[in-house]
Parts: sequence; C-alpha cells; structure tokens
Amino acid sequence: MQCPKCHAPMHTYNRNGVQIEQCSGCRGIFLDYGELEALTRLEAQWSPPAPPAQPAPQAYPSAPAPAWGAPHGGHAHYGHHRHRGFGRMLFSS
Amino acid sequence: MTPDPLLSALASHTAAMAHAETRAPAHSAAHPCPCPRPTEAVTLADRPDGTVVRHAGTVAKAHAPDTDPAELALRVAVAARLTGVLLPPLDTPDAPARLAGRLVTHWPYGAPVDPDDPDAAPWEDAAALLARLHRTPAPFPLPPMRGPAKAAQAVARLRARAPHHPGTAPVLSAWAALPAWARGEAAPPGAGTLCHGDLHLGQLVRHPAPGGPWLLIDVDDLGVGTPAWDLARPAAWYACGLLPPEAWQRFLSAYRAAGGPAVPADGDPWPALDVPARALTAQTAARSVTKAVAEGRPLDDVEEEFVGACARMASVPLAASGS
Repeated sequence: MQCPKCHAPMHTYNRNGVQIEQCSGCRGIFLDYGELEALTRLEAQWSPPAPPAQPAPQAYPSAPAPAWGAPHGGHAHYGHHRHRGFGRMLFSS
Repeated sequence: MTPDPLLSALASHTAAMAHAETRAPAHSAAHPCPCPRPTEAVTLADRPDGTVVRHAGTVAKAHAPDTDPAELALRVAVAARLTGVLLPPLDTPDAPARLAGRLVTHWPYGAPVDPDDPDAAPWEDAAALLARLHRTPAPFPLPPMRGPAKAAQAVARLRARAPHHPGTAPVLSAWAALPAWARGEAAPPGAGTLCHGDLHLGQLVRHPAPGGPWLLIDVDDLGVGTPAWDLARPAAWYACGLLPPEAWQRFLSAYRAAGGPAVPADGDPWPALDVPARALTAQTAARSVTKAVAEGRPLDDVEEEFVGACARMASVPLAASGS
C-alpha cells in the first residue's frame, strides 16, 4: 500500500504477531483496526511490574528527529564505527 | 617526497614569527626555542582550503587561494573583538600578509579536541560559545556567512567530478529542493545574525593550552546569516545516526540554556533546523562521493548514510519555517 501522507510505498512488519505497515519514506506507521489494542495488550502482558521511580535508560531518543534521518531514530553508527567514520566526520568540514 | 613550497615557506615564516613573538613563553630568553632546527614546524592541517603550521606557541594559517583580503581582514578583526568567544589573532594588520601567493594570518596555539576521544567532546562549551556569538550584534558591517556558498561549492564539484556515480543523483535532487538562500543563491531570511559558518569539533581549542577555556577558531566562513546553520552540522550528524541522541541533547539544551536565538526556547527545534541540516547533509554526501570517486573506492557505511538521507529527503516535505 501507499503512505497516505507522503505516498511512498509501505512495508509490512510483524511485531510480536501484530502486522504493522511502515512507510519507507517518512517511516510513519499504519495500524489496522484493533492492532493498537493488540500491541497495548502485549505491552501490558510483557512489561515487568511498574519499577520504583527510577527511570530506565532510554532505548529511543526522546529528542525529535527529521523523517529523512537514519532509520531506527539515529542509532546507526556511533557504536563500533566511532573511531573511524564517527571521528573523521565530526572533525571535518 | 619533495617538500611543498608553500609548506616550507610557511614553516620558516611561522618560526620567524614565533621568535619575534617575545611574549611567547617558549621563546623567551629563559626558555630558548626547544626545536632542534630553527625552521622546524608542525603541520596542523594541509588542505586546499587552508594550510596551518605551528611553531611552538605560534600558528600561521595560509588561507584558500581565492580568499578576499578585505573580507578576511574584517573577519580577523571580529576575532580580535569577541574575546572569550573566538580565539584572538596575534595581530590585526589592515591587510593580511602574503606568502607564496596566499594570505597568511597568525594565531596563538590552542589545544584541540582529542579526535580519539569523542566522548570527551565539549558539546556544552561549543553550544554556549555559539549562543554567545549569535547574541552578539555584528560590531561592524560584515560579509555574509559562507556556509551556503561552501555547500554550493561542494555540490558543484560533485556535479563536475562524479556525474555518473549512483550517489550523485539523490544528492543533487535533495540539493535542488532546498530554498535559494540555503543554496547560496539568495540572501537568507531575517535580519541576519553573526554566525561562525563552519562549526565542527575541529573548530574548538583550549587557550591557553592545555587547560584554558574553550574558544572557537577559523573565521574564514564567519559572517552574517542564519544562526541555525551553525547548529545544523551536529543536527545532521544526529539525524544521520552519527551522533548519539545524548550528545545532541546536551548540545541543544546547552544552546537553549545560553539563550541562543537559532531555535525556539522549547518545543521541536526541527522546523528551524530542517533546511540547514538538509543542506549540510547534502554537502557532506557530496564531498563523500567526490572523494570516493577521486580515490577510486566505494563509499563506506558512514558515507552511505549521508547519501541515503539525501535519497529519503525527496519524500519528506520541507519544514515550513525553514523555507
């Protein structure tokens, strides 16, 4: 199917048994009827009991990022690449 | 290897400057020059857009061959004026010296960011310095900040030198979608703010070395323009997955805390950052492809990331307030 927002093709992913469509362009997500509830149910089922007021390390950036950025919210290259690409890019024009 | 004539001339020149700079501690009577040969100098950078040589506490920079002497003198004068933000020059002549056909300026040595330890990068200091720079009215009329012109130059080189590379088309189409000001073809919107024009981690030094406060260096692209341009390279690195979200947040929060005017004080900064971050992503991608073609090698994974971001830009409309 085509993304209703930017008209790029959407790809189907299976998340814990729930089919979701994600746009290859803007990476918006389309959920069919009932899928949001299914995801919420799964989350409630699998998440541990509410932790005491101690924030867990963040798995995803809380900062907004542009839709044209790297997939996965800007997590791609600062791990094992940091002394090569990372270092080189950060120190040059 | 044959010694480069500019490098040799610049090395001798820098040594002479260092020896004349009587206040430089390494060259006082009590501390004679420690170098084995009087013309010995360390090359800090040797690129087409600038050659930088250090001799003890003195650094000489030979600027790009096309540098305008009057504009450079104005930019150096700003560095002399903005104490605590920009590294002050050793001298401010009306016209910069000439050596082997190149304009040369003189600076004290400052200790750079350790390229092997990006975790120690002074993101907060960089942000606070930019905010102070952006809040300072231009002390006298200045030429435009050269960021967009430099990006346009990189894209023109890509077009000329790598017309058939598969990465070229997405970069050119991302570039073509930008508003004219971001391509260096029109005046930027707004009244204009004092901007650095080429911020990256190589543009910060501690002076006096090694433990002095951080200062911005390299005024070649400094001028009046859109301040979001100075935030846009870290923004582009973050967007392309090169800069961890934590580092980006530290930088952005420190800039806001220091009252920087480039982005709103809170809320989503991307409406202001989108256009310049796209331009810097396209510039980085253009340079990456041009360099890979010149070196006859494929793009590495980091370079691919910038080209991939350009390809994705086609399907994402420009943010409203940046156009």
